Amino acid sequence: MLQPVIGLEVHAQLLTRTKIFCGCSTAFGAPPNTQVCPVCLGLPGALPALNRAVVELAVRAGKAFACRIAGRSVWSRKNYFYPDLPKGYQITQFDLPICAGGAVDVPGLRKVQLTRIHLEEDAGKSVHAEGGSEVDLNRSGVPLIEIVGEPVLRSSEEASEYLKALRLALVYLGVNDGNLEEGSFRCDANVSVHEPSAKLGTRVELKNINSFRFVRQAIDYEIARQVAALGRGERIIQETRLYDHEKNETRAMRSKEEANDYRYFPEPDLPPLVVSPAWIDAVQVPRLPNEITAGLLAAGVAPADARTIVGDPRLAALHARLGDPRRAAHFIVGELSRALNDREVNLDALAFEPAQVAEAWALQDAGTISSTGLKEVLAELIRTGKPPAQTVLERGLAQVQDLAALDAVVDAVLARYPSEAGKYQAGKKTLLGFLVGAAMKELKGKGNPSALNALFRARLGG
Amino acid sequence: MVSGLGEVAAGLSKGALQPSELLEACLTRIAALDDKLHAFLRLTERTARAAAKAADLRRAARQPLSAIDGVPIALKDNFCMEGVETTCGSRILQGYVPPYDATAVARLEAAGAVIVGKLNMDEFAMGSSTENSAFGPTRNPWDLSRTPGGSSGGSAAAVAAGLVPGALGTDTGGSIRQPASLCGCVGLKPTYGRVSRYGVIAFASSLDQVGPLAPDVQGVALLLQSIAGQDERDQTSSARPVPSYGELLEKSVRGLTIGVPKELFAEGLDGQVERAVRAAMARLEEDGCTLKPISLPNAPHAIAAYYLVATAEASSNLARYDGVRFGHRAQADSLLEMYQATRAEGFGAEVKRRIMLGTYALSAGYYDAYYLRAQKVRTLIRRDFEQAFAAGVDAVVSPTCPTTAFRLGEKSGEPLAMYLSDVYTVPANLAGLPGISVPCGFDQGGLPIGVQLVGRPFDEGTLLRLARAAERGREQRTPEGF
Amino acid sequence: MAIDRAQVRHVARLARLRLSAAEEELYAAQLGAVLGYLERLAAVDVSSVEPLSFAGDEGSSLREDVARSGLSREQALAAAPQHDAQAFVVPRIIE
Ligand SMILES: [Mg+2]
Ligand SMILES: [Zn+2]
Repeated sequence: MLQPVIGLEVHAQLLTRTKIFCGCSTAFGAPPNTQVCPVCLGLPGALPALNRAVVELAVRAGKAFACRIAGRSVWSRKNYFYPDLPKGYQITQFDLPICAGGAVDVPGLRKVQLTRIHLEEDAGKSVHAEGGSEVDLNRSGVPLIEIVGEPVLRSSEEASEYLKALRLALVYLGVNDGNLEEGSFRCDANVSVHEPSAKLGTRVELKNINSFRFVRQAIDYEIARQVAALGRGERIIQETRLYDHEKNETRAMRSKEEANDYRYFPEPDLPPLVVSPAWIDAVQVPRLPNEITAGLLAAGVAPADARTIVGDPRLAALHARLGDPRRAAHFIVGELSRALNDREVNLDALAFEPAQVAEAWALQDAGTISSTGLKEVLAELIRTGKPPAQTVLERGLAQVQDLAALDAVVDAVLARYPSEAGKYQAGKKTLLGFLVGAAMKELKGKGNPSALNALFRARLGG
Repeated sequence: MVSGLGEVAAGLSKGALQPSELLEACLTRIAALDDKLHAFLRLTERTARAAAKAADLRRAARQPLSAIDGVPIALKDNFCMEGVETTCGSRILQGYVPPYDATAVARLEAAGAVIVGKLNMDEFAMGSSTENSAFGPTRNPWDLSRTPGGSSGGSAAAVAAGLVPGALGTDTGGSIRQPASLCGCVGLKPTYGRVSRYGVIAFASSLDQVGPLAPDVQGVALLLQSIAGQDERDQTSSARPVPSYGELLEKSVRGLTIGVPKELFAEGLDGQVERAVRAAMARLEEDGCTLKPISLPNAPHAIAAYYLVATAEASSNLARYDGVRFGHRAQADSLLEMYQATRAEGFGAEVKRRIMLGTYALSAGYYDAYYLRAQKVRTLIRRDFEQAFAAGVDAVVSPTCPTTAFRLGEKSGEPLAMYLSDVYTVPANLAGLPGISVPCGFDQGGLPIGVQLVGRPFDEGTLLRLARAAERGREQRTPEGF
Repeated sequence: MAIDRAQVRHVARLARLRLSAAEEELYAAQLGAVLGYLERLAAVDVSSVEPLSFAGDEGSSLREDVARSGLSREQALAAAPQHDAQAFVVPRIIE
């Protein structure tokens, strides 16, 4: 039985304001060639000037995944000609990357070991048209970390789980925005198959995979292709293949006829990157998704709810600000999720403050509103941001608190239902609910049920 | 006409000279004499006149920006200057107008210098004779049938012929010092990292360094003062403070120790050159310096290491000349043909030869044997110097070149012979050390000879002191007809 | 060190240089001669010697992550041999 072996290389754009080697903006979506300068255009004479924030973010990721951080790492040039690579080489790290080793915790799977994390610059973008290709260099020089995982994944599902966990972790770290559509989180996959008793098979590199679904499809296609080829007695060639999601197939890249000879050598325009122990110590690492999940479970949040909340860093951030973990979890997976599903609100632009949710809870705790009233108050808060107290007033949701008034209603109910009152006293305790319900009806739902319970019991003797 | 840059600066300071007068005198001389030399590729007369006028006002108000405010300076054509064609001596950049200034240019302008024009050079600074310029060779003012050296041949010829009182060049393996020596002017290659390389078109990034040429040591010191220092755009530039070179220059050389490496007075050295260099050493001894025999055992490997490192880096640095964003592009139907034809048409023979050598040295299977080994030899060469300095040597003396200026065409077609003329200058580049060439005499044919001094990292001050002492006793001549 | 024309062609391809047959011949001879000279490095004992790839001061200060205005699109495209209103244009790229 042939066993697939998969290793992933992820390119994640670092969340900096400016490019890795120049002061140009990294903002997505600007008109072509409007975020460029002599450095990222590769003009004669221009030199790279390393952005400090890039180093900071790489160290943060390295610490989060327990990598060894190199106190001294070296820049290299990877030489090849391509129109969207202005200098004719990419500045990257080769022999001595900034982070080595480490692992990513994948929930439900295991720890997936990393080979390394290194820093590099992105290339530009070319758009191919009839008369020629257009080159836009806005992306040229955007900072990336390349996270190289060990080839330890066994299926496309494992690959996809690993990617999801990695993406989520990077987003929590504030290192990457996790946006696959805009290309800020990209993945190449190395796929091979072998008999478990034999050594590893020849690996094929798959490029151009830009969604979690495509990762699974591309890998599955490639595994099947390799198994079939070996079944026919063919050999697998080490090559780079492009995944075409429209046809759902991988195919050899034509431009790769020439053996890759990147002629790596140390980049002489940049001194070695020195990161002092003090600097490494000072880099703060926010809590990772796994730690946050563990915290929620310990606080009594249901596992499914915890998954939902941690799955979106915005929900997790909101949860952390709401206080009372269990109640907050109910609020998020309940009222808020409903409103989000119904597209009544946008998670990126919520109208309310976390403190206002707590105000609504306090109103319920004080007996001012019932649990039904609370639902209504929260729904309004989510939709409009209206202060809970105002909703209570406007909609007359306040429960009647005056004991004298309640007592009068209790009198009236007992007068109307003497036989039920008698049966209660004779021992049919379940009739208490009937009596309280009748009183609530009289009060149009604004009565405090526990107060009514107490009054009826006092009147009827237990 | 133009004497030392130091005198020019003094004249401006006293009000005896006006920047505009000075500029017009330079422009007149260039118009009259540069046809013979072909030192200039183009002039920037209009902006120069405006800059000189502004300097006139500052000088009149006795508020100069610096000691060189109003001094006309010319630039090797590998310095980017916004709005001014910059070709690096190559057809591939013909007509290219950069949209930005090199830091050294911006600093000269901030000091009030008046940029007069751009000077000829070997294509991409690859050469030792300026014959590799795509725009025709420059001639040596001392003998028009000879080369001025290179690659900063235009800079040295213009300064030696008195067309400008100072110029900037770049030195990767001797490209400032060698032409300065062959043309009879002073040329300084500062320590690697002393001057920003931003905006200077690269040949070999780990070896390239910007430096000044002038008729006199004081002029070189004044120019260095205005361009040296850290630049945030070049992270290989050093944060070390820049001392006052003018003050250091005036200190006595008494008590300094000069190392005399036997390896740099060995085979291939012309007898007349050796005599002149030893005479200069004797004058330094009279001034109170101690001469100390030393050994730089790895210096004989320098040329081999240099050509591997320099060509490897160049093969990568020159990949950007691809016909996409600037410069020449050949007509072609496919992308591959476009690249190959553009570069075949745009680069000259020596540049192609070096790109080939460098690509080969970095290619799979050869990296360790060539490039990596060369970088290790580089460590050994640097160690040799460090040992000499640790033993109390303040500077290492040698000839700048094994011979005086050679004839145009004499070494073309023989790349190896041309490479070997850099034998004395290359070690300083490999080790990142400062080096200066100072005129120290003439051969029987009347061709100038230079003596080279190489110092500790960032100790340009001591080099300038020694050079000042060496220049005092020298014989003063001017090239006939200039 | 002899170098043949096939090697010259391979290196020229890596370097994106089109060479004529005469140039291939010439470069094969000249590179061979230069490489022959460079062979002398093989005799130098470099065991336990670290390569020197950076001759300057290490630990330079890094750039702060602050945006800086670059070039306008007009400036960026001005020197390009071929461009349209928004981009550099090259012969169609085939992947
Ligand atoms: Mg990469
Ligand atoms: Zn830029």
